[in-house]
Amino acid sequence: MAPHPVDRPLISAHQLTKQFGDFTAVGGIDFEVRAGEAFGFLGPNGAGKSSTMRMIGCVSPPSAGTLRILGLDPAADGPQIRGRLGVVPQRDTLDEELTVRENILVYGRYFGLPRSVVRERAAELLDFAQLTDRADSIVEPLSGGMKRRLTIARSLVNNPELLLLDEPTTGLDPQARHVLWDRLFRLKRSGVTLVLTTHYMDEAEQLCDRLVVMDGGRIVAEGSPRQLIAEHATREVLELRFPADDHAAYAVKLDGLVPRIEVLPDRLLLYTEDGDTTAKAVHDRGLAPLSVLARRSTLEDVFLHLTGRTLID
Amino acid sequence: MWARAFSYWMASYRRIWRGSLVSGFLNPVLFLAAMGIGLGALVDNGSAGGVQGVTYLTFLAPGILAAQAMQTAVFESTFPVLGAVKWQRQYHAMLAAPLGVPDLVVGHLVFVAMRVAITSTAFLLITVAFGAIGSWWAVLTLPVAVLTGLAFAAPVFALAARQDGPGGFNMLFRFIIMPMFLFSGTFFPVEQLPAALELVAMVTPLWHAVELCRGLALETMTMVPALGHVAYLLLWVGAGLWLALASFRKRLVL
Ligand SMILES: Nc1ncnc2c1ncn2[C@@H]1O[C@H](COP(=O)(O)OP(=O)(O)OP(=O)(O)O)[C@@H](O)[C@H]1O
Ligand SMILES: [Mg+2]
Repeated sequence: MAPHPVDRPLISAHQLTKQFGDFTAVGGIDFEVRAGEAFGFLGPNGAGKSSTMRMIGCVSPPSAGTLRILGLDPAADGPQIRGRLGVVPQRDTLDEELTVRENILVYGRYFGLPRSVVRERAAELLDFAQLTDRADSIVEPLSGGMKRRLTIARSLVNNPELLLLDEPTTGLDPQARHVLWDRLFRLKRSGVTLVLTTHYMDEAEQLCDRLVVMDGGRIVAEGSPRQLIAEHATREVLELRFPADDHAAYAVKLDGLVPRIEVLPDRLLLYTEDGDTTAKAVHDRGLAPLSVLARRSTLEDVFLHLTGRTLID
Repeated sequence: MWARAFSYWMASYRRIWRGSLVSGFLNPVLFLAAMGIGLGALVDNGSAGGVQGVTYLTFLAPGILAAQAMQTAVFESTFPVLGAVKWQRQYHAMLAAPLGVPDLVVGHLVFVAMRVAITSTAFLLITVAFGAIGSWWAVLTLPVAVLTGLAFAAPVFALAARQDGPGGFNMLFRFIIMPMFLFSGTFFPVEQLPAALELVAMVTPLWHAVELCRGLALETMTMVPALGHVAYLLLWVGAGLWLALASFRKRLVL
């Protein structure tokens, strides 16, 4: 397979649209993914992340717009593109009645790999996914984290240039997430381009070089995690909890103290360059919050600012 | 490419083939024993003195061969197809690889055909052991059984890919497959039916399959009707395939 020219993006989408009947799931988005980077789609439930991923995976034809993957057109060259992709769908498609190893062997056959090659590859991948000792057990009783690792291992059977991961760590415990992140780092280091979706801010900050924030089928912001925070949030955030149900009343009392205050049901967020100084100023106004927490801004704050709600509703 | 999809079904079959072989032909063999030998004794010794000039067992065996091809095919085309669409979602895994919808349909149908070939061979050997079939022409009933299986599997694929649960399958088994099994010439010649129902029976693909199998096993088949029956079954395969492709696309490519 000829190497992809480095100067051309690996994926480019222009006015990419997906409609289900009258409903617009993806409403004309533009983005580019470059070779070797980790690119993220961040957004709440129903934002259109999976719909976008399925179009990139060439299993869902776009309703409008143009999409080029590895320089090819999914409408004309779908099978050829899919042969060079790895796909981790949001819902696992493992065969739970086959063994861990058989799942990889069967999947390798879908790519037309010879039996001996798949066999060798399966051993490597089981090792990579830390599943070697479970290789000959049936999939069904495995934990969620193990199944997810198997899905990722399986998606690598054809040595993909581009790996699509739709919510790779949703539903996993923190330990399992860290193991997965570690595996994804290694893949990225070995030159695989990653495209992933997530609900988790920390995941996006950890893994993504660049990301877009989606909401209601549109892209509402784009950049590196650092850029997004610089652009859409202040350096620090001061979180205040008051002994009351209505935090809005306190926001009025703090008016003018900082450029922006976000009112949440259970706390106030004060966007500030210096959390400690602002905390002192709050006390100087005679207010006594139950708790005060000064922290660095995160993508969560960016998201809150852009969409006016928390990410995981 | 379809061979890649077929290889999945084989991998999954390798785990269960022993059990499915036994359950697959135990039922038809029981029917053959109970009806052919038990009931057959009454028919043969009664005023009828057999059916169409042969013993009831000889009359019945090729009918059951055709009917079990239908049943195996329908069974393999209902839950496994819906499961691959909705529960285990194997089709989705295949579509993420370079396979396309036609590969999924053809690969799975070929597997069903192979299942029918296996159960039919096993059943045929049993009937020979029973002494119910003796002609070498009966070897040709095997390709007929496979054709019969496909004539049912293809349209049932189309139906299964549109289901959301087992409700539709229960209707299919109860109101279509079971009556067909009983009234399409498996157990008695359709001429026994009232004229209107006889016509209905002759429209069913099973009747054509039974006629072919019986004609071959009893060495009474002639070329022209044989070609007619084969053509009719092929028509079902073709139309079913076309419908199955449409159903699969509608359900899987969103
Ligand atoms: N096949 C479909 N038919 C109709 N509507 C659909 C279909 N698939 C998705 N949608 C709708 O499109 C919208 C976007 O769905 P999508 O799955 O892309 O969101 P998402 O960002 O992946 O959400 P989540 O975080 O919950 O996975 C949702 O409102 C969803 O209900
Ligand atoms: Mg999703």
